[in-house]
Amino acid sequence: MYLFAGIVLACLATAPTPTQTPPIFNPGAPGAPSRVILAGEAIELSRTTFVPADVAFMQHMIVHHAQAVEMVELLETRGSHPSVRLLGRRIALSQEAEMDLMRNWLAERGQPPKMPGTNEFNAMDHADHAGHVMASYDFPIMSGMLSPRQMQALAAATGPAFDRLFLEGMIQHHQGALDMVDALLDTPGAAQDPMLSDFTTSVVADQSTEILRMQSLLSEF
Amino acid sequence: MTVRSNLLSTVAALSVMLGAAEAHAQTQTIAPDARSVLSAGLRDAGELAIGMVLEHSVSPPPGFFDPEALFAPPTNEAEAEALMARRQDKPRFGPLALANSDMALSDGRLFVGNFNGFNAYDVTRGGAPELVLSVVCPGGQGDVSVQGNLLFMSVEENRARLDCGTTAAEGEVNAERFRGVRIFDISDLNAPRQIAAVQTCRGSHTHTLVPHPTDDNVLYIYNSGTSSVRKTDELAICTDGQPDVNPETALFSIDVIRVPLDAPEQAAIVNRPRIFADSETGRVAGLWRGGRAGIASQRTAQTNQCHDITVYPEIGLAAGACSGNGILLDISDPENPTRISDIFDPDMAYWHSATFNNEGDKVVFTDEWGGGTSARCRAEDPATWGANMIATIENRTLQGQSFHKLPSVQAASENCVAHNGTIVPVPGRDLMVQAWYQGGVSIMDFTDPARPTEIAWFDRGPIDAERLYVGGSWSAYWFNGRIYSSEIARGLDVLRLVPGEHLSAAEIAAAEAVTALTINPQTQTRITWTDSPDVAGSYLDQLSRSGSIDSRLAAQVGAQIGQWRQGGADPTGSAALSLTLKEASGRATGVAAMRLKALAEIFGRLGS
Repeated sequence: MYLFAGIVLACLATAPTPTQTPPIFNPGAPGAPSRVILAGEAIELSRTTFVPADVAFMQHMIVHHAQAVEMVELLETRGSHPSVRLLGRRIALSQEAEMDLMRNWLAERGQPPKMPGTNEFNAMDHADHAGHVMASYDFPIMSGMLSPRQMQALAAATGPAFDRLFLEGMIQHHQGALDMVDALLDTPGAAQDPMLSDFTTSVVADQSTEILRMQSLLSEF
Repeated sequence: MTVRSNLLSTVAALSVMLGAAEAHAQTQTIAPDARSVLSAGLRDAGELAIGMVLEHSVSPPPGFFDPEALFAPPTNEAEAEALMARRQDKPRFGPLALANSDMALSDGRLFVGNFNGFNAYDVTRGGAPELVLSVVCPGGQGDVSVQGNLLFMSVEENRARLDCGTTAAEGEVNAERFRGVRIFDISDLNAPRQIAAVQTCRGSHTHTLVPHPTDDNVLYIYNSGTSSVRKTDELAICTDGQPDVNPETALFSIDVIRVPLDAPEQAAIVNRPRIFADSETGRVAGLWRGGRAGIASQRTAQTNQCHDITVYPEIGLAAGACSGNGILLDISDPENPTRISDIFDPDMAYWHSATFNNEGDKVVFTDEWGGGTSARCRAEDPATWGANMIATIENRTLQGQSFHKLPSVQAASENCVAHNGTIVPVPGRDLMVQAWYQGGVSIMDFTDPARPTEIAWFDRGPIDAERLYVGGSWSAYWFNGRIYSSEIARGLDVLRLVPGEHLSAAEIAAAEAVTALTINPQTQTRITWTDSPDVAGSYLDQLSRSGSIDSRLAAQVGAQIGQWRQGGADPTGSAALSLTLKEASGRATGVAAMRLKALAEIFGRLGS
């Protein structure tokens, strides 16, 4: 019996791997030869880390996006032009979905969705240590966001006057998001994570297209 | 060349654009169907298909799946604690780092791009694709195309290095950073090498191979970069800014790269044409009047870029999906493409890709609303957003006709939006197979540009029921008889068409008989069909399906095809039938007339 078991084991050990795969090549610089690497190193090469600036970017952008959604909520009852309402609806759907994406990105990396000591709608406390302008009635809490005074003026307007304030405010708001992406990309070591890199590209593509659309609408008002 | 005012409300704009077709446009919302409720799972998700079957599903190769990548949230407290403990000492890795992306086919080998490199599979044997090459070279997105012994790859991410290296390229300026188009020599699969790397100002999101009209030794590449402009200190040809302030800005152009095929290491940028310029005033930012408002105008520049360009050299045209517009380029001088038409539509958030029909008189533009990482096929997402736009080309002018979106509500945990596809070569019809990320693979019939419909599909449930993990089909392409779908997280799927209500056995056989040695989907070539009983049967089945042939004539054609299948059609009978069909064609209109004419010509050739 023991002998029989031994033969079976020996057969298993020498049997060729049923799924033989070719070697994995890691090329060198142009003109240089490639080297062969193992699967573990291939995976290691795909791995990127993240830096505190990445985390802060995502946390801030959640707050930033939340204001756009609030602005569109005002638009639902106060705006007049169908094109502006349609654009607003698309902005709200986009920004809500991106907020989910950002919360997921943070959660998967064990990071809190908010900067410590803040909440999404009143980010006063962290504003200055994060390097942004301290919020007050006249100043927004971060790049491009509308100040409390601007939000109040928006809430008080209706009809074409609302549409104009909304478009101007949303252009300023989107511009702020693009500035935040620029600042992130200028930070050493930041935005190496593929998901974050892809997200920043989407933010730039979508929001600059929306800015143009809003500018065109505004130029005809 | 003025762009229609985008002040028009969507309703007004649609009525202008769609004209009489408006009443037939898809309804504004999408309803759930059987594929809306498929069970979730990375490896064991529910699957369902209509009109096609999953023939093979190939898991990611060794080195292209990270067991540490998070694909599902913890389901109980113990798992949550274990996860938190592991998180303490290492970062989490996102599935996108090893995402499968675009594909190309050459000489029986399927090349699948990946954010971390590329893989090649032997697909000549008809069985499961067999892995023959793995190359690791991080940098995303890794879109690939192939010409002879050369493979070209798009690189856009900041982390990418010239040497496909281990340490990410950090900082604002880094001489080791590589963003652009890599060129690999793949003549020896046991010794692939990087032989050139063409740096570009905005990296390479996608690229398109363009053959020289007369010189076989010259290949052009149209490069579309969509990310931020690099610092001048890092790459001297690059400067940023609005064109009225900086006429040399790297924005508002594409890169034309010239590759001498006998010395590909000398590949270099030879032109950065201003394809968005106003044709009358020459103003570089010609397509948009947005800057007038004067608010935040420094950023308007970001928009003018192409995401993807598809060339159709045989008709001298290229269709560009360029962020805020769809454009048509004359490429008869490929080094100097010039814009001849452009369209705008308020429902298109982000013009993403373009595919011609075989005639070259229609273009399918996709709208990648949200960039592909978001759920955009939910019940609340309108049917005209994140959809396909079917445009026609008349007198070299684009005209939007209708929208088509995946006609199925998908879960909030499924990233879903219109994405990459190719024509399915069924004679007599315009069919396109297309990827919708986790919305699956779908075939659209756009023969009637006002009434596109879905005729076949395959779908899997979400990776996770609750949380969105980026996955799904990146590209779904028809390559020599099968549909290949690169699944971002799950590997490679091979699908085979099966006959049904909307597609006959003859139509499938006619499509499967079309083969090409090399297929780069963004470089379209005209499909021609050799006369065969299946090609004739395709036209007959289409005429019968649409009720545009009388039953007596249909029976005659059917009998003649039957005889042909048995070994030989009778020439006299064929000639007579050809005349009858020609007369019927003269009485018919539109697509029915075209199909009857095609049948008449086939039998005319058989009868001569």
